[in-house]
Amino acid sequence: MDNYIEMRHISKVFPGVKALDNVSFSVSPGEVHGLIGENGAGKSTLMKILSGAYKKDEGEILINNEIIDSPNPKKMIDLGVSVIYQEMTLLPHLSIAENLFLGNLPKTKLGLIDWKTLKKNSLPVLSRVGLNENPYTKVKDLNVAKRQLVEISKALTRDAKLIVLDEPSAVLGGQELDRLYSVIHQLTKQNIAFIYISHRLSELFEITERVTVLKDGQYVGTERTEDISTDQLIRMMVGREVSNIYPEKRGKIIKNPIIKVKNLSRKNVLKNINFEVNKGEILGIAGLEGAGRTELLRALFGVDSIDNGDIYYFDKKRKLKNAKQAIKLKIGFLPEERKQDGLMLNQSGKFNTTIPKLKNISYGPFISLSKEKKKAEYFANEMQVRPPNVNNTIRNFSGGNQQKFMFSRWLYSNSEILFIDEPTRGVDVGAKKEIYRLILNLAKEGVTILMVSSELPEIIGMSDRVLVMREGELAGELPGDDLSEEKIMSYAVR
Amino acid sequence: MSVVFKRTQNLFKGLGIFGVLILLIVIAAMVSPQFLELNNIVNLLRQISIIGIIAIGMTFVILAKGIDLSVGSTVAVVAVICADLFSSGVPVFLVLLIGLLTGILVGSINGLGIAIGGIPPFVMTLGLMVAGRGVAMTYANGQPISIGEASQKISWLGHGTVGGIPVPVIVFLIVIIIGFIILKYTAFGRAVYAVGDNKEAARLSGINVNLIEFSTYAISGLCAAITALILLSRLTVGEPSAGVEYELEAIAMVVIGGTSLFGGIGSVIGTAVGASIIGIISNVLNLVGINPFTQQVIKGAIIILAVYIEARRTRSKE
Repeated sequence: MDNYIEMRHISKVFPGVKALDNVSFSVSPGEVHGLIGENGAGKSTLMKILSGAYKKDEGEILINNEIIDSPNPKKMIDLGVSVIYQEMTLLPHLSIAENLFLGNLPKTKLGLIDWKTLKKNSLPVLSRVGLNENPYTKVKDLNVAKRQLVEISKALTRDAKLIVLDEPSAVLGGQELDRLYSVIHQLTKQNIAFIYISHRLSELFEITERVTVLKDGQYVGTERTEDISTDQLIRMMVGREVSNIYPEKRGKIIKNPIIKVKNLSRKNVLKNINFEVNKGEILGIAGLEGAGRTELLRALFGVDSIDNGDIYYFDKKRKLKNAKQAIKLKIGFLPEERKQDGLMLNQSGKFNTTIPKLKNISYGPFISLSKEKKKAEYFANEMQVRPPNVNNTIRNFSGGNQQKFMFSRWLYSNSEILFIDEPTRGVDVGAKKEIYRLILNLAKEGVTILMVSSELPEIIGMSDRVLVMREGELAGELPGDDLSEEKIMSYAVR
Repeated sequence: MSVVFKRTQNLFKGLGIFGVLILLIVIAAMVSPQFLELNNIVNLLRQISIIGIIAIGMTFVILAKGIDLSVGSTVAVVAVICADLFSSGVPVFLVLLIGLLTGILVGSINGLGIAIGGIPPFVMTLGLMVAGRGVAMTYANGQPISIGEASQKISWLGHGTVGGIPVPVIVFLIVIIIGFIILKYTAFGRAVYAVGDNKEAARLSGINVNLIEFSTYAISGLCAAITALILLSRLTVGEPSAGVEYELEAIAMVVIGGTSLFGGIGSVIGTAVGASIIGIISNVLNLVGINPFTQQVIKGAIIILAVYIEARRTRSKE
């Protein structure tokens, strides 16, 4: 079988990270090729290189056996490569027809848009994807599934030979998905190929002919879908060694629930969640991006409302309305996007440390600047912040030290429960190790920790117990002494 | 040329905004010998104070990443209402109180629209700037309202001096000191910086973001009312056209004083210096007899320059 497109030995380095390392990959005409890997495996980077949005550092791209030099988005589209991203790129206030032919609209002699021709040209394209809509309908009036079909027909107007679908199912229901499958099926008969990115293994088995697995930016392998099992696929996705940057775990945690969650639900995000977390426990929360992990923390912290269910903090049922109430209950929250949601970047380290509980450094209504400095310095020392100068602006600290200030903030605020979302995102390896040790020491001192992480080794290396979430539900619970990436992933996907 | 330019630039960086002020005073003294005359200085300080008070309130708003375009109209609303009350013989103390409360009320309307209604500050306060002017005009029927006999009772506010220092200047100093203490030494002040720097982070740190935003506009309204009362005392009439373009001048003072329009960075001390810089520039331009229309061009250029410098500073940080 001849390849339509071939990517050979592609590498891409971002500052500090090798996002892709010598990845090769090919797609034949009319094939549906699945692309799978954990978060951060390099799927999106690879597709962005394919679309010309990113420049590759090494390797080459071939189309019909010809090397494409210096690919850029325009060139790749002209050569027949269309990428449909999760966030769609249609203009909502324009009609379907205008969106289809944007940049190439038929014009009358006067230079105005030739609406008749536009409509005439649109109809056959829409019928190829089975979309029965008036081409003059505005895109904003279509549901997500139909918009996706418009995206596909837009690719067809540009003579796409290869269409990349980035997690198309994330936003589709069962019936809509079936419809998408049949459209894909029809188009493959016309020799159009697809790259299908998905986290849901069942879909890949249903629709793809081959699957390529990436892991940590490296190519793991390509298999014919009919020759491989789910378990084999999962092993390909996760098989790696857990390195020794994690501190030694403790023994059994004594049952002493600090938070009890009963039937917690939030529309479209969290579905009927039940669990408990004990004093001094590190409870890992695993799952894929979008599985509802962050949303769970936010709901428990009182910043997202809940539709149903009860939460007991320290054996008392409460409905928190905002972060202030949570902080009063001695809960601290370290968000995933530290710079966006956690830190005041233009303020000093001491400002960022003391902001939730200024009472601790005040005489009456007035803040004592000397007390502020002393307190902030105490915690900065405990966290081993470098440089140990709490007067410096937070912006000028490294990611790891910024995270240490987040810990400082909540320890200063006497938190007994910490919600930590991606504790080591954007943190270098050295600081990672310190942060892991810190988390464990806190737990030993009786601080209860809920830790969301997309890095499975981190979840496995740190957790006393793991909850796995999938599509807003608790898909499984695993004890800390029986953890493996395979086990966690088998709950997280499927 | 470029070396000289670099050196001056470095000098400014070292001394900061105070350096600019000192340099400006030196230049002013050289350009016009009248500048350092006591009479001129007193006048100058009084002028600075009138809009400077508004600029202090504006500092709170801008620090919290807002903007208040309605302060000029607030001045007019408070001025006509209080002039009317004075002329009807309402006791001075009560009129002053009602005036201040009116300012707070106008600010609160801004605050509600922005913090609760989610209306962008620019739009909300622009709307109130137009509507407020209309209210003042309607209330006064387009005519100045004389405060009548009360003018004697409140002339101390605009004309009085304490130890040779004009009362408006003293009021300005008090506003600066209170503003300084609030921003530097209270939880509320910290929250203003936090909200302006990063709203979501502030919320997750337990700050009631809506309340903070709301309060900054109330403070801004209060400061505008103080200015309105001083003006009323000086002019002895409530002008429905009072305070036109005060918002622009106040914003210019804040920005030149080093407060970031993107929120979270700045101080009232900076604003006081910024107010002085603007005041000195217009004072000197007057002294050397530059025509007022040209003055506007120069002032506009200075504002753009100040914001440009600030934008470059912010960009280089990121």
